[in-house]
Amino acid sequence: MTEEAKENQQVAPVLSVAPGPHITAARSMRRVMIDVLIALVPAAATGVYVFGWRAGMQMGVCVVSCMFFEALFQFLRKRPHTVGDLSAAVTGIILGLSIPWTAPWYVGFIGSAAAILIAKMLFGGLGSNIFNPAMTGRAFVQACFASEMTTYLLPGKIGPPRAVEIITQATPLAAGKFEHVAYNLQDLAFGCVNGSVGETGAIACAVGGLYLILRRSASWRIPLGMLVAAAIVAGINQTLTDTVLTVGHHLLAGGLVFGAFFIATDPATSPISNRGKWIFGIGTGALVMLIRLFANVPEGVMYAVLVMNMTVPLIDRWTVPKPLGGPVKKKT
Amino acid sequence: MTVADTIKIPGKRSFARGIHPSDKKSLCAGSPVEILPTPKSVLIPLSQHIGAPCAAIVKPRTEIAIGDVVGDSEAFVSAPVHASVGGTTSAATVTTLPNGQHVGAIPITVAEEQPLASQGLWDDIYGGNWPTDSIESLDPKQITQAVRTGGIVGMGGATFPTHVKFARNPDKPIDTLIINGCECEPYLTSDHRLMLEAPEPIIAGALLSARAAGAERIIVAIEDNKPDAIEKMQSAATGTGIDIVGVHTLYPMGGEKQLIVAVMAREVPTGGLPLDVGVVVVNVATAAAVARAVLRNKPLTHRIISVTGEGVATPKNILAPVGTSYADIIEHCGGLTDSADRVISGGPMMGFALGDLDVPVTKGTSGIVVLTEAQTRKSAETACVRCGRCVSACPLGLVPTRIALAARNKDWEMAKRYYITACVECGCCAYVCPAEIPLVQLIRAGKAGLPRD
Ligand code: SF4
Ligand code: SF4
Repeated sequence: MTEEAKENQQVAPVLSVAPGPHITAARSMRRVMIDVLIALVPAAATGVYVFGWRAGMQMGVCVVSCMFFEALFQFLRKRPHTVGDLSAAVTGIILGLSIPWTAPWYVGFIGSAAAILIAKMLFGGLGSNIFNPAMTGRAFVQACFASEMTTYLLPGKIGPPRAVEIITQATPLAAGKFEHVAYNLQDLAFGCVNGSVGETGAIACAVGGLYLILRRSASWRIPLGMLVAAAIVAGINQTLTDTVLTVGHHLLAGGLVFGAFFIATDPATSPISNRGKWIFGIGTGALVMLIRLFANVPEGVMYAVLVMNMTVPLIDRWTVPKPLGGPVKKKT
Repeated sequence: MTVADTIKIPGKRSFARGIHPSDKKSLCAGSPVEILPTPKSVLIPLSQHIGAPCAAIVKPRTEIAIGDVVGDSEAFVSAPVHASVGGTTSAATVTTLPNGQHVGAIPITVAEEQPLASQGLWDDIYGGNWPTDSIESLDPKQITQAVRTGGIVGMGGATFPTHVKFARNPDKPIDTLIINGCECEPYLTSDHRLMLEAPEPIIAGALLSARAAGAERIIVAIEDNKPDAIEKMQSAATGTGIDIVGVHTLYPMGGEKQLIVAVMAREVPTGGLPLDVGVVVVNVATAAAVARAVLRNKPLTHRIISVTGEGVATPKNILAPVGTSYADIIEHCGGLTDSADRVISGGPMMGFALGDLDVPVTKGTSGIVVLTEAQTRKSAETACVRCGRCVSACPLGLVPTRIALAARNKDWEMAKRYYITACVECGCCAYVCPAEIPLVQLIRAGKAGLPRD
């Protein structure tokens, strides 16, 4: 090397050394979460349209509280802050969308505490949690505030501002199950019915869900497996019994579509292999229907997801994909 | 639809999963190969291949001519190294290759007079006629021996001694030779330029390799982002029976396992070799070196290196002697820019970062890629969110996140359950991971730590 070259090298910038690959796809965790937030917009907008400002209030309370509790936990435990990855905001919106529009504000606040502190942070934070945080939060407030979580009417029997009122006491699934009244499928699809904030508009949920799938931010196998399994069980039920709820009712009413796209697909709490995703999706769909048909509650998405969450480690263990070239041969 | 797309091959010209990084080839795909002025000194590493290192067979302070043997080994899986310039040797030293290997090396001070330089050098290595009519009469063993004597190793980066691939095994006959012109690593264009500027020696080398290994069919696979190379190779192959096939541009198409799936629809068994499925894969630059070793009796002493990336002043393709320091080559390309941050030996996916530029290039150095700070900056590693992106990217069908977790926890039972040894370290998983987990690094460490049984 010439003298000149040596000199050049001394003024040259210090080189960084790191293992490869030296380039990465510019896609951060935050970007993934922003995708989910974008995908939730149609469902959230439908909620606000049908239920008015209270819907916005539920989401707002949950988002702010979820982020607050995450920051609080990390501050107290002196852990690095991760609020910026927006995963808490996603949990907040999903929780806000899955509680009744009529619930008082502190329901969302307490639900958020359970979601973030119990389901997420105590298990080690994003990715280490076993249970879906939003569903854990919802289960918690369901247990604490049983009547607030099942009323769906404001004091004085006031229904939602823009929902069709066939029977005001209940959600479509409850109406079908306990009073044998079936809603019009079109109203169910567009979301003009009573229920939790985000789960009423099947089309809005599906549109957002398809966006997620096209952006590859969610697996298509879980929603497809879940919806098909639910449809099959509902179909069998429809042929064998004289229920008023058809396959269409079961697919469009309640939280099935919302759950299929936004809750069951939560990557942290669903299996990682493709085969595992099919098993998980089909299992969740079937379980939702079994709860709807045989348990003493009208809706089953939340319990189905939480139960299936527990099976994920097992599913993962059973569905390790075979590598290209087959499994390693045992040395004999 | 070109002819290259209509040739019948068993494979689908693609493989499952993989990634599409921006290829950045335009930085220097259009630059004809420049011949590096002979450097003042070179340092010849005694191990430039996978296998047993060579022992030095030259004494210090001896005159040595280009092509003389510098080091050799008795071992079967090894390849001799040769002087890439004429000059005087000094006492053996030790150098650290970019992959972290410490190897012995022989410094050579270059003589004033070089018999081969500039155009003469090019003509000697890649120019002139490459007669292919007498190849049928050559004895396969003789070809394989000449390949070993010439010190030929895989020039795509793996540096596996080529004569070992040609050694015939009666239990595992070879039916197909695949000449690998994929060059799937982003940035690199050395094979591309070679196919454009010297297709004849590649074709001759392909015929010789097939004769040596006993393959009946020869398929040259080129990624379809290089239509000009496909065309050039096609006209050079006319009348030889060699098929030129375009394959999809998908990283890591150039990996042997992926290429054999794409071309032959055969799966190399995990832990096995291409010969287990009757295939030998030889890189295009290696094929040209085989032709030179057999037809001209000249060893592997020079190679084309792409010097490219946003951090180098003038990206070029350079024909350089083995043993030239990275610093000399980069200087010839105008030096590093102010924003240069990382110098990589090889491509940005599987290459190694250099801390010191005063190390020699070897037979396997396909490129020098210099990236800028903006490109290499990574955000802090966060926890795996099990998003599954690594799973949908891994061309081997593995679950990288679980293997990396097992490796991190030294849970060898779990690492094996997830087939850690099947990983080819292609980097697809780490490329896509939004949590910036150094998956390949963890898996590599895991493989190193895996207890032997
Ligand atoms: S890509 Fe990264 S974050 Fe996603 S599952 Fe793989 S290791 Fe985890
Ligand atoms: S580096 Fe290994 S685990 Fe990662 S994508 Fe490549 S083969 Fe799969």
